[in-house]
Amino acid sequence: MIQLTLKIWRQSTAQAAGKFVTYPLTDLSPDMSFLEMIDHLNQRLILAGEEPVAFDHDCREGICGSCAMYINGRPHGADQGSTTCQLYLRSYKNGDTITIEPWRSNAFPVIKDLMVDRSAFDRIIQAGGYISVNTGNAVDGNSLPIAKAQSDEAFASAMCIGCGACVAACKNSSAMLFVAAKVSHLALLPQGQPERKQRAVKMVMQMDKEGFGSCSNTGSCAAVCPKEISLQTISQLNREYWHQ
Amino acid sequence: MLNSKIPPVPLAEQWHTYQETTRLISPANKRHLEIIVIGTGLAGASAAATLAEQGYQIKAFCFQDSPRRAHSIAAQGGINAAKNYQNDGDSIQRLFFDTIKGGDYRSREANVYRLATISSKIIDHCVAQGVPFAREYGGMLSNRSFGGTQVQRTFYAAGQTGQQLLLGAYQALERQIAMGNITMYPRHEMLEIVQIDGAARGIIARNLISGELERHAAHAVLLCSGGYSNVFYLSTNAMGSNVSATWKAHKQGALFANPCFTQIHPTCIPVAGEYQSKLTLMSESLRNDGRVWVPKTLGDQRPANSIPPAARDYFLERRYPAYGNLVPRDIASRAVKEICDAGYGVGNSQRAVYLDYADALQKHGREFLTNKYGNLFAMYTQITGEDPYEVPMRIYPAVHYTMGGLWVDYELMTTISGLYCLGEANFSDHGANRLGASALMQGLADGYFVIPATISNYLSKYIGSSSAITDHPAFAEAESIVADRLDRLIQIQGSQTVTSFHQRLGKIMWAHCGIVRDRHGLQAAIQELQALQAEFWQDVKIPGTVQSLNPELDNAQRVADFLELGELMCVDALQRQESCGCHFRSEFQTDQGEAQRQDAEYAHVAAWEYQQEHQWQCHPEALTFELAKFSQRSYK
Repeated sequence: MIQLTLKIWRQSTAQAAGKFVTYPLTDLSPDMSFLEMIDHLNQRLILAGEEPVAFDHDCREGICGSCAMYINGRPHGADQGSTTCQLYLRSYKNGDTITIEPWRSNAFPVIKDLMVDRSAFDRIIQAGGYISVNTGNAVDGNSLPIAKAQSDEAFASAMCIGCGACVAACKNSSAMLFVAAKVSHLALLPQGQPERKQRAVKMVMQMDKEGFGSCSNTGSCAAVCPKEISLQTISQLNREYWHQ
Repeated sequence: MLNSKIPPVPLAEQWHTYQETTRLISPANKRHLEIIVIGTGLAGASAAATLAEQGYQIKAFCFQDSPRRAHSIAAQGGINAAKNYQNDGDSIQRLFFDTIKGGDYRSREANVYRLATISSKIIDHCVAQGVPFAREYGGMLSNRSFGGTQVQRTFYAAGQTGQQLLLGAYQALERQIAMGNITMYPRHEMLEIVQIDGAARGIIARNLISGELERHAAHAVLLCSGGYSNVFYLSTNAMGSNVSATWKAHKQGALFANPCFTQIHPTCIPVAGEYQSKLTLMSESLRNDGRVWVPKTLGDQRPANSIPPAARDYFLERRYPAYGNLVPRDIASRAVKEICDAGYGVGNSQRAVYLDYADALQKHGREFLTNKYGNLFAMYTQITGEDPYEVPMRIYPAVHYTMGGLWVDYELMTTISGLYCLGEANFSDHGANRLGASALMQGLADGYFVIPATISNYLSKYIGSSSAITDHPAFAEAESIVADRLDRLIQIQGSQTVTSFHQRLGKIMWAHCGIVRDRHGLQAAIQELQALQAEFWQDVKIPGTVQSLNPELDNAQRVADFLELGELMCVDALQRQESCGCHFRSEFQTDQGEAQRQDAEYAHVAAWEYQQEHQWQCHPEALTFELAKFSQRSYK
């Protein structure tokens, strides 16, 4: 059993001023997940008549992209290639203090406590993050061979879960890695070619419109990406953008 | 009473005949017809996108912050299709037979045959959308085999097939949002169906941010809200997955079919402690190269790697030589439970068996395993702190999928006119047990191909009719029912949290309506569940207010529905006096301990009508088999 002290950002509404509140926790199992620790705290708060901590979470296996906590100054905590829900308390030492904040970006306004509005990402996809093919038009799946290396590279970019850690880590709040992952995924496939040139421009324009900052290539996004999307996708995006 | 509307022609001609003869609607008229879609997983997103492409006006709802987060995203293993790319003898008929046999003769032939027919087109469409399926070096699509089949027909994208398919459907949906054909309502939860003149004409939804109730009208409503495994509290489903949309429909008259058919997945990470909030599945594909074993000797406490091969019991290979580690899920789950019940389990809890990759590692090398299972191995290490390249995984069964759901006819319409149900939320294709890689196939078949072909047959009667009907008294009445229920919940102010009730519900269900069931246990469970429901409505404690963001209130109303569903599941399991597929009644087994069906009495779908609290009436839909012939499943 271990003890931890949590300093959690509490903010009742989007407009309200927020502040850190400290919660000491005892009797935690090292095999408990990070979110199970927050559950545990919330059960205690509810029984004490207090408001539980609001946070987004769903699949708890690192794939839905819902969970989004800024833990000790790093999105999703210190583990490499991991989401918040995949963190376990065995990563912490007895007596540690953990500071938990929401994603901070103008384009991701806080809704409550640790919950933010990431709908800007959906609007970026709406701007062109797809291949325009209606159901019923497709030719046989094997009619276009795609080299395994090419397909694997497209897949590596397509693994993005849209959590927003890249934005949260970036000092400019840039969404370049998110946009680059989708642009690369589709640009690497033969099916993505017809819309390839306009796609990059439209998605970048929407990114700017949403209030995300510019990329200054520090690479903090790729360093914290839970799916380890490569910084090379940003080079790919820049090539796509300039060649149009 | 039940009319499943199966076209009266031979099985292989039914879908074609249906499409040739169904009523169509012109593009100009489609623009004035509105459809509500609840849920944006594979079924919901594919239906919303395709119907919008056809010209209908769509309103789509999901409780998550984005449609991309629906729980289909977590499906790992793959999607089946009768492509026969491997030239190993696959065909529509074989996929059909495997699915019927896998479902232990409790699914509807017509729907399954259609599913097998459509399967190939799904792959083609997903490839066209840019889904990066795994490929061979020559550039062709790669296949793997899955439990319950002897051909390789499963298409996959590493261990993230569900994610890639869902993102394909999500992107198609977002494209239609941009074109103005879909209005998306994320962070909204449907809390009631609105019926006018016996037809579904809208919903009451709660905006989960503001807490406000909203009225939304349409000409038809599609429930694509997924399964109800979370009735067990611990399952592999996402935390938010719930039964409320279909349960509300059920209480308004939609029949609920085969509720007790719940799939227990054999390869999950074992429970670590009381604080556990959910379980994690390790894809069934892992059984392709991993070998399942326990120590041969009771009480052998040596570390796994110190136990020599001769002292290991590879019990699946021993009991089922033909299929070995690839027996269907229900058989594997039961075998694991039995061996643990007998005291051979491993790990701290003794509720686990080993899944070992040492042989595959030696034969194929580390790179082979990394390519095939890299992300699954990493996930396992993250959760348990152990490395499967070094020590065998520990696995135990967990609830994973629910075959039961709202009863639908061949057109996917429920017993409420204009209310459709797609994907895992309906009952139709998997019978008493679903084969691996068939859920993604069914969700996408329903959404991309079935509903777009069947809905016009119904909607044609609404040509020229407005959907601006939210002033109708039926909407006001439904809204006040929802408001009263939420007020009632928040005013209880008892002493126990929602989660504590959910955990107790889960324990009752797992003990009595889990891998093995019997009359005595089910009867006891029904009593316990009725008492728990009463206690919940007297003593639950919910913080906050109705008119604000309140995740505890959202959860409370979901758990209230789960408590009622749990009772119906036990009623159904009690009534079905046979063993079939996942439903194993200990009173009905062969001398070898295998499930024994009672085809004379139970070759039917049990479709339940809600009458009043604690009271349901069963309307059986008899299952007749034209092509498939009853046989005892044997995977020996």
